[in-house]
Amino acid sequence: MFELNGKAALVTGASGGIGGEIARVLHGAGAKVGLSGTRQGPLDGLAAELGEGAFALPCDLGDDDALKALPKQAAEAMGSLDILVNNAGITRDGLMMRMGDDDWAQVLDVNLTAVMKLSQASLRGMMKARWGRIVNISSIVGETGNPGQANYSAAKAGMVGMSKSLAQEVASRGITVNCVAPGFIETAMTDKLNDKQRDGMLAQIPVGRMGTPDEIAAAVLYLASNEAAYVTGATLHVNGGMAMV
Amino acid sequence: MSEGDIETRVRKIVVEHLGVEEEKVTENASFIDDLGADSLDTVELVMAFEEEFGIEIPDDAAETIQTFGDAVKFIKEAV
Repeated sequence: MFELNGKAALVTGASGGIGGEIARVLHGAGAKVGLSGTRQGPLDGLAAELGEGAFALPCDLGDDDALKALPKQAAEAMGSLDILVNNAGITRDGLMMRMGDDDWAQVLDVNLTAVMKLSQASLRGMMKARWGRIVNISSIVGETGNPGQANYSAAKAGMVGMSKSLAQEVASRGITVNCVAPGFIETAMTDKLNDKQRDGMLAQIPVGRMGTPDEIAAAVLYLASNEAAYVTGATLHVNGGMAMV
Repeated sequence: MSEGDIETRVRKIVVEHLGVEEEKVTENASFIDDLGADSLDTVELVMAFEEEFGIEIPDDAAETIQTFGDAVKFIKEAV
């Protein structure tokens, strides 16, 4: 079950904690992986760790030309592009009363518009192959909202609506489009929280702990697999019961 | 590229893509009404023509390509 031999996956944001783990898990299931991110060092490190079938493909998703060229580079490096995992994301938090235009635009550009463009550029090969998987990493805040994250939650909710539309457009071609919506996951970002913040957070999570990157990666692996062929337009919430939607 | 050559290549793409018999692909055959294409098929056909002939077919032009004859005529003018 859930093996990906012969498939090639492009993972954006692979230099981060969750993206890196997604790449590891897909590679472990037999897929070739293209590792995209802005920081060359961590990408090279991960490519070296994974060894054969892993390719570092640095790309700044804020750069339109680079972004549109990325799926093609990935297909050239790996021989095909069957699975696209849109994991990259940025935050520019602040209360909306004071949110600058740039903070809004940058977050929408990278977290939503780039996902559309990467998906669009990846679809051609998937259509021809009559097989494809797009897995978009959304967030619990796309569903619940979060003070200070009007831009981020708008982008993540937009991603869900976009995924549902695209899922309907390409379902007849063997291509599925789904989202994984993480709750609080242990990453470099959550390590910075103090004990009080952490306790406040944990009080909201029925499972009583934060999630781990491999628990997100497992959800991605499922949606990328052949076994998930009948699941499309769905959002899989991985949040310890924090929001049951 | 001769005009007959264009017709042959367009017909080949249509036959392969839509899985129809060659003799059904006539001048006035409508992709959607006669050859069983759906809207996504028509988008894929246009993209396949673009690739095969190295041309660009803008969206407003693509909308006017309804039949095999329309496609051949457009491509003859574009190449």
